[in-house]
Parts: sequence; C-alpha cells; structure tokens
Amino acid sequence: MIRLVDLSKTFTSAQGTVEALKNINITIEDGDVFGIIGMSGAGKSTLIRCINMLERPTEGTVFIDDTDLSLLSKRELRRVRSQIAMVFQNFNLLMQKTALQNVCFPLEIAGAAKKDCEEKARQLLRLVGLEDKESAYPAQLSGGQQQRVAIARALATDPKVLLCDEPTSALDPNTTNSILDLIRDINNKLNITVIVITHQMSVVESICKNVAILDNGEVVEQGAVGEVFAQPKTRAARALVYPESSQESAISLEGQKLIRVVFNGGEATSEPLIATMASRHGILANIAYASTRTINGRVYGSMLLGIEEDKIEKALAFLTESDGITVQEVSDNG
Amino acid sequence: MVEYSELSEAWEIVRTQFPLAIWETVYVTFLATLFAVIIGLPLGVLLVTGDKDGIRPLPSWLMKLINVVINLLRSVPFLIVIIVVFPLTRLIMGTAVGTAASIVPLTVASFPFIARLVESSLREVDPNVIEMAQSAGADSWQIITKVLLPESVPSLVANITIALTTILGYTATSGAIGGGGLGKIAITYGYYRYKYLIMIFAVILLIVLVQIIQSSGTRLANALDHRLRK
Ligand SMILES: Nc1ncnc2c1ncn2[C@@H]1O[C@H](COP(=O)(O)OP(=O)(O)OP(=O)(O)O)[C@@H](O)[C@H]1O
Ligand SMILES: [Mg+2]
Repeated sequence: MIRLVDLSKTFTSAQGTVEALKNINITIEDGDVFGIIGMSGAGKSTLIRCINMLERPTEGTVFIDDTDLSLLSKRELRRVRSQIAMVFQNFNLLMQKTALQNVCFPLEIAGAAKKDCEEKARQLLRLVGLEDKESAYPAQLSGGQQQRVAIARALATDPKVLLCDEPTSALDPNTTNSILDLIRDINNKLNITVIVITHQMSVVESICKNVAILDNGEVVEQGAVGEVFAQPKTRAARALVYPESSQESAISLEGQKLIRVVFNGGEATSEPLIATMASRHGILANIAYASTRTINGRVYGSMLLGIEEDKIEKALAFLTESDGITVQEVSDNG
Repeated sequence: MVEYSELSEAWEIVRTQFPLAIWETVYVTFLATLFAVIIGLPLGVLLVTGDKDGIRPLPSWLMKLINVVINLLRSVPFLIVIIVVFPLTRLIMGTAVGTAASIVPLTVASFPFIARLVESSLREVDPNVIEMAQSAGADSWQIITKVLLPESVPSLVANITIALTTILGYTATSGAIGGGGLGKIAITYGYYRYKYLIMIFAVILLIVLVQIIQSSGTRLANALDHRLRK
C-alpha cells in the first residue's frame, strides 16, 4: 500500500516560488492500477517523483507499506527504490547498450552476477515480446519497442510498484494500445501495483481502476474510474473528462430550450433514448452536443438536447423516468 | 630556383633524422595525452558531478575555486608553462631538457583543457537517463561508471582526438626549448640555419600526422557510437 499524506512540494528558484503540489492525500492499495490525470503543469511528474523520493516533498509523508521514506538513509532509500520501478515518457534507455544490457542494468546496480542478469533479462524480453531483439541498440528499435525494453528493465528487480510517467505520450494510438495491454497484463499476472500518470483520458479509461484528478497542484477528485467519470464534479475534472463541453455555452438554438442529459453508467444496451422519445412521444430533439463514452459496458457522459419550447415539459417528464440518467434544464447563462 | 645540391643535402637530412623525429613526436604526444587524461578525466567528472545540479553537489566555493584554477591554467601560454614547470620537470625526470622531459610541461599544460573537454562530453548525457539510474537505486559511483562514462564514450573519443592534435601542436613549441621531434627540426633548420626546405617538409609531416590522428579518431568515435543507425 502506498500512502501520500499531506504532501506538498514548493520549488524555490530565482524566478520565485512554485507550489507544484498542495496538500495531497492519496491511498493506493496493493494490486491497483491507479491513474493520475491532469493538464500540463498540474504537478503530475512532481507527484510521481515524490513517490520514490527523486523529489523530496517540502511537507508531508510518503509511506510505502508502513515505511516512512523520508526517514530512510540514502542506502536504505536506494534499496527501496529498486522495489519501485519507473517507466518514462521518453523511455530513457542507455543508448550505448543493447536491449539485453539495458534490461540487465537495474540488476547490475543491485549487484547481481552477470550470468544471472542475462538469464533474467532474456526471460523478461520474452515477456514483452522482444526475444529476437536482445542485441539491438535502442536506435535500431521503434518507439514502442523501446518502451517495451524499458518496461522489461523496470521489471528486472521484481518490483512491487511500477511508476509510469506518461508511458504512451510519445507513441501512436496503435502502439499506445499495445503498451497499455502490456501494462494491464503485468498488473494481472505479476500483481504489481501500477501508478500511471497521463493527460490522456483514454489511458485512464482503458487500464485504470482508480483515478485522481490533479489540477494546479491539488487533487480535486479521486475515486473509482467509473464514479469519477460519471459525474465529474469540478470544472477541472469536467474539462479533462469531456474536453469538448467547454463549447456548450456557445450553443443557442432559435425557439428551442436546452436540456442537459447526464449518463451515469446505465446499461449501454438499453433502448435508444432519442429514437424512443421521437417515435413514442413525438418529441424531436436536436442534438446540440454530445460526448459519451462506454466504460465496462456502461454509458457515461453528457448530451445537450435542443427541444421545442412547448414540448419541453413532456420531454423532461420522459427523460426523468428513464434509467441511468439525470436531466436538467440549462438556463441561459449555462 | 632550388639547386640540385641543396635538394640532395636536404634529402640526406630527412632520411637520417626524420624517422626518429616522427617517432619522438608521436610518442611524446600520446604519452602526454595519456597522462593529461589520467589527471583531466577525474577532474572533468568532478566538474559535472560536483555541480549544484550534479549527482553529488560539492560546496559552491570549492567548485568556483576549481573552475577558476582550471581557467587560470588554461590561459597561461604554453611557453610560460614550460619555464614555470622547469623545477617540477627536473624533479620528476631528473632533467629539464630533452624529449622525454618535455612530457611534463605538455601534461601540465593540457590536463585543464582535457578536464573541460571531458566536462562537455559528460554534460551531453541525457539528464533523464541519469534520473532513470537514480530511480533504479544507483549510487553516485555507479552512475559515473555505468552511465556517465559509458554513455559518452563516442564523444570522449572525439574530444580526446581534438586534444591529441592540439598537444601535437604543442610539441612543436616544446621543440624550441630542448624537446625533440619534428618541431625541433623545423625550428633548428628553418629558423637558425635558413634551410627552409627542411622546415617545410617537417611542417608538412606535422600536418599529415594531425590529419591521420583526426580522421582515425573520428572514425573510431563513429564506430563506437550506437546512437547512429547502422
Ligand atoms: N525543478 C523545478 N524547479 C522549479 N519548478 C519546477 C521544477 N519542476 C517542476 N516545476 C514546476 O512545477 C509545476 C508542475 O510541474 P510538473 O512537471 O510536475 O507538471 P506535469 O503535470 O508533469 O506537466 P506535464 O504534463 O507538462 O509533464 C510546473 O509549474 C513546473 O514549472
Ligand atoms: Mg510531466
């Protein structure tokens, strides 16, 4: 279990002070895949670097199980670090070493014998599907392959925790998916706790169980992915979950009123809402805006419907009765 | 016009004296570079690791001092270095003149230069990779020996090649005060005896040596660099 308690980090430089993290409290259970999402500059990298003390928090504590990391000696800290592996946005491979040597690196650091290192490294390259690339140098590998090598390297010391700082931000969508599959597999098979930092909603959606939304150095929301995404409460969360919804206020339709329909995780297979409303009640809805997504077979998101003013009462009545959604009339000022 | 007798006399000198002179120039250059690297490499590492953003920051007054001393040593003209280190040379070599003795001032004059070259090579290493090593639990010594130095091998080779050619140039100056080699020949025959043909020949040989060292150094650096796709 990882616990961040009242964690704050302030950078002081010639240009002034930056409060990168403010009073963060997060608990991550063993075996979780925990996402930390936020806009650029929100403090995500700073937060993840605090977890292995690459960055010393200004205030607060990081507990790994029951060890307070700030109390450890340098030597003890180095030992704990070999249990908290890290995967980076730009892979950070040793460019003058082969794939095999790169995977060996953490083991060498830990003082393992060369023969044991190589055996373990081969095994891990097989796990990430690169057994035929062991003597290739990073420059000879694609981005996705390089990230696989980096993941194999991270697993070399049998860590309990895997910290991933934007592991897919440098990759194309297909490669992103294959790397996310790999991370999910690792979490399942090896039961390693995974913490993923990202600014991409889709990453959280596809692999995370829990999520914290970071805005301007503060955790503004956290919880199970489904819950947080269903009803993002804060402005920052909404901007991340439904980036398009900031356009809402710009929409106004002549002679129509706007209704916001929020999907809270109803079955995706239930009857089609708009069609039913039209065919059964003769209410024609103008879809002014829609952003929904399906997570584990359930629908989340919101939709903005333009409806003739005289039909609005009927529409509200119908929608309120439907399962898995909440409805509100949108006043002129949004 | 150059007289035939002049030519044959020159050729005679080239034939009898140049092989030894070339050998002296080469071994003095390489030995001086070797010793300068032995002193300059750790110093260059220190300049990088001891920096305030380095992996093991040293007190800033100490870093300032080291930097000032290096800059100072680098700004002293080589001729002055030779004279100033006379006592040191005599202490180490038993004499202050001669080919072997010239290795001492050459080393003293070039190690600060090498320290700077090593510093710039090591600074090319991606700080993110150093962070990776730290996150894997590496200590400072492991970062130096397993990351900083191995990752900058091609750049170190390229920079030491530059040092070799520079030090080769210095040997010509040390030839003026008792050192041997092509430099000495160029000066004795050209400056004191007006035998320009021989001087020109010695200079051409120096140029050829620089070319050979530079191109093989560059080739070696490229061969060692795995960042290039090949
Ligand atoms: N070493 C530092 N010195 C001063 N300020 C820093 C330092 N590191 C980070 N910051 C500041 O802290 C804030 C958070 O930075 P951080 O790198 O954690 O953001 P991030 O969420 O990872 O952003 P991105 O998505 O762009 O990577 C930024 O305002 C940044 O300028
Ligand atoms: Mg970041």
